[in-house]
Amino acid sequence: MRFPLKSRGLAHAIPWSIPILVILVWQVLGDWGIISTRVLPTPVHVLEAAVQLVQDGELFDYTAASAKRALIGFLIGGSLGFFLGLINGVFPPAEKLLDTSVQMVRTIPHLALIPLVILWFGIGEEAKLFLVALGVLFPIYVNTFHGIRTVDHGLIEMGRVYGLRGFALFWNIILPGALPSILVGVRYALGVMWMSLIVAETIASDSGIGYMATNAREFMQMDVVVLSILLYALLGKLSDGIAKAIERRWLQWHPSYSKQ
Amino acid sequence: MNAGCGMSLDVQEVGKAFGATRVLQQVRLAMQPGEFVAVVGRSGCGKSTLLRMIAGLDQPTEGQIYVDRQPLHGIHAEVRIMFQDARLLPWKKVIDNVAVGIRAGARRTAEEALRLVGLSERAGEWPRVLSGGQRQRVALARALAGEPRLLLLDEPLGALDALTRIEMQRLIEKLWLEQGFSAILVTHDVSEAVALADRVVLLEEGKVAMDIKINLARPRVKDNGFAHYERVILDRILGTREEEPFVAKKQAHSYSI
Repeated sequence: MRFPLKSRGLAHAIPWSIPILVILVWQVLGDWGIISTRVLPTPVHVLEAAVQLVQDGELFDYTAASAKRALIGFLIGGSLGFFLGLINGVFPPAEKLLDTSVQMVRTIPHLALIPLVILWFGIGEEAKLFLVALGVLFPIYVNTFHGIRTVDHGLIEMGRVYGLRGFALFWNIILPGALPSILVGVRYALGVMWMSLIVAETIASDSGIGYMATNAREFMQMDVVVLSILLYALLGKLSDGIAKAIERRWLQWHPSYSKQ
Repeated sequence: MNAGCGMSLDVQEVGKAFGATRVLQQVRLAMQPGEFVAVVGRSGCGKSTLLRMIAGLDQPTEGQIYVDRQPLHGIHAEVRIMFQDARLLPWKKVIDNVAVGIRAGARRTAEEALRLVGLSERAGEWPRVLSGGQRQRVALARALAGEPRLLLLDEPLGALDALTRIEMQRLIEKLWLEQGFSAILVTHDVSEAVALADRVVLLEEGKVAMDIKINLARPRVKDNGFAHYERVILDRILGTREEEPFVAKKQAHSYSI
């Protein structure tokens, strides 16, 4: 659909109207004393806390620490999941050997391993990376495997007749065919990534946004607690936006993702 | 683009069974280099299976296929197949689809092949924006870009509308005359077979039931001679020759072949 410039600006604003409205109502209710600031600080207070933490440099340090963990954990778990999905999807003997085991491990809620993980790794970086990687691994595995298995067989046959073998067949036909499914896995995994990280950082950490929230709770700094929660929301939205941009770029050919 | 001369093909006593179901039995088919053979028959007569075996996608359970007098083992680099559905890669632009499976000078060869099918101006588009006929033309360009010496056509026009079909038939005939490759067309459309082929082979219950040479000048028009061949083949397929003596007799003296 085509909008004239003015209404197109409006169309961009619509998704944000509800969050903005909620913040305004929240501010007004806080100002009028209907919501006690001990229960929930007003947005202005949260903003002040943010400014304070930015000036201290803490906010950036903690956000950077969290983002780094999220990214490294995602890369480790994501590449393992992708690799497993790949060999199980391409080589049926590998699937026979590995799939049952992977599916069994998959059904364990990975956050249930936290006590064990703390005993193994303490509260160091490894514990968080382990949990994030474990959480990310399975959505990517399942979707990569499914994507590869559902590539149109006719296209693979065509590729073989036209002389594509081995890696060329994989690169030109199997991987692009599986990509929509793999990217669905990536988006889902990004959600799991933040969730795992929040839990891990809240329970056992000495840096990061989760640590900032736990610490603030000790000192009854409600504004910092709320700020941490909002930060997670923003980071989650940001990573989802990046994933969407990747989809639009890599799946231009796909009718569902093409610009209209 | 110059494909050189066509490939000779010799299908000797080939049979194919899927489990207990025998799809083809003792099929014999010899083709001269550059010949255009159409294989017709009802659905399920095994004609597509025969084509898939010649393409190297399936193995015969008995007998042997020879190309250029050499036994055929699997997929042959100089044999290309066009499927009923175009099977274009949706994630590649038209030009890159044509370039699939050519190595040296891929871009130029692909451009030349697209020009042959009259779609040069669509090179940079996604396949999904093309019509069914255009997709099949891209598929034809892709097949020709590999400079095949034997082109296999597995009902490639079956899903197209009548006008586009006629256009495609003319295009295929023109390119076949220019390039000199051998061609096998599998179709259930007798008229299409008579329009294009030097020889029409009828498969029935997995066996060759008829092998008839079409002695008509090209380009073929739907005159009496054309109708005669159509009639003879159709009658054989439908088995109506005896049941309708009047029609057969009446038509018999309107031909002069």
